[in-house]
Amino acid sequence: MMTEIFESVKALGEGFAATFKHLLRKPITEEYPEYKRPLPERSRARIVLTCDPDGKERCVACYLCSSVCPVSCISMQSAENTDGRRYAKWFRINLGRCIYCGLCEEACPTSAIQLTPDFENSRLDILNLVFEKQDLLVDNCGKDRAYNFYKHAGIKTDSFDKGTRDFETEPVNVKSNLP
Amino acid sequence: MITWIAGLIVLLIKMALVLGVLLFLAAYLVWAERKLLGRLQVRLGPNRAGIFGLLQPIADSIKMLCKEDIVPEAADKIIFLLAPAVVATTALLMFAVVPFGPEITLMGKQVPLVISDINVGLLFVFAMASLGVYGMALGGWASNSKFALLGGIRGAAQMISYELALGLSLVPVVMLAQSFSLVDIVNAQADYPFIIVQPIAFVIFVISSMAESKRIPFDLPEAENELGAGFHTEYSGMRFGLFFIGEYVHMQVFGALIAVFFLGGWRGPFLPPPVWLLIKIIIAALVMIWIRGTLPRLRYDQLMEMGWKILIPASLINIIITGAVILI
Repeated sequence: MMTEIFESVKALGEGFAATFKHLLRKPITEEYPEYKRPLPERSRARIVLTCDPDGKERCVACYLCSSVCPVSCISMQSAENTDGRRYAKWFRINLGRCIYCGLCEEACPTSAIQLTPDFENSRLDILNLVFEKQDLLVDNCGKDRAYNFYKHAGIKTDSFDKGTRDFETEPVNVKSNLP
Repeated sequence: MITWIAGLIVLLIKMALVLGVLLFLAAYLVWAERKLLGRLQVRLGPNRAGIFGLLQPIADSIKMLCKEDIVPEAADKIIFLLAPAVVATTALLMFAVVPFGPEITLMGKQVPLVISDINVGLLFVFAMASLGVYGMALGGWASNSKFALLGGIRGAAQMISYELALGLSLVPVVMLAQSFSLVDIVNAQADYPFIIVQPIAFVIFVISSMAESKRIPFDLPEAENELGAGFHTEYSGMRFGLFFIGEYVHMQVFGALIAVFFLGGWRGPFLPPPVWLLIKIIIAALVMIWIRGTLPRLRYDQLMEMGWKILIPASLINIIITGAVILI
């Protein structure tokens, strides 16, 4: 009986001592608007469209991002340039619907669409959350600094014909090897 | 006639002063509680409204006054509207019998520094304390919501487990002071505060009065994680604010009662008497906040077990021992 009372009083005392010790500690609060914690490079927030190392648009408007998007917030219209490169005539992301899952980034074959750590995207008007192509485009490569899709694609453009580069072989004429 | 009017004016001034100080202190106790709880949890607490968040109570009260006051369709309207007032009023009324200083002489007249010195002051305090629970149970019932009803019922269940211990713990104090009047009880502690001779009664009273003011670890009627918000789930705006103020006025009243019954009331060296009472109230409130920051909520069977198996027998034994000592 006496040991029981002693034990419980001791347990209570330990609890009160623990909270009292915390009273003397410096708060670990990060005050948000004054202090912005540097976020990891791979954290997922505002979506951007990046450019390849030559400074040209990476996006080839293949629709993979919009078809993989679970909330269907991405839409676009593809078109083709005179130099043979595909591009998006318009590209629209409704960030009011976006759930920042990053599946578009996973799906993108050209590393064009990327999620950035910039999370401060609240708007007073919800329509301002519909980002058009000019809002999405940035003039750098984002996380993937070296990749250039057209250097590996085997597609004829203004700078290369098919199979002309040193790591490529001549394209096969499919009509010539018919049985 | 003139003396009668003068007496009335003095009484009104005293009441206005006490009410003003109580409500002001209640608002800033909320601030102190949030700030201190924050520090206990290694956070900062409110710091946006004004320096150190000192304007927070004003911002909060403006917000609550401007909020829509919703009355549920199926609620019992009149009782629903009155219940918060019952809680806040009974809490404020309890302070009417607490002396905050000795008699002072004002323009050749004796003015007692207590709103009303009734000879059954202690019984008045208990009556008002029980009525507070009534307002809460009515609020829970009149909301016509199951969560609120459960909260109210748990409040009532809580009451039967601490109210008896609360009353019994003060019997030795009354035996020592030979009076039910709070003024006489403070006067009886002129030589030494009763906490020295009645430590067990003090502990029982503190535990029961914390249950009375429904503070953690005894906040069963609120129980936000299982009951929404308990008895005030359906309340909004300033009606919820009244419940809230009621709780913080309760804290002060019990701080004052702890001071009056065990710590010598307004007695203390150097400083003026009301300041000493204020200091004791604030210390009691700070300890209550510390307890809130440490202990988890009790289940209500645990509370009843503690009330009936520990607090009541302990206070009965305490009464017997005190009686024996006084007789010898």
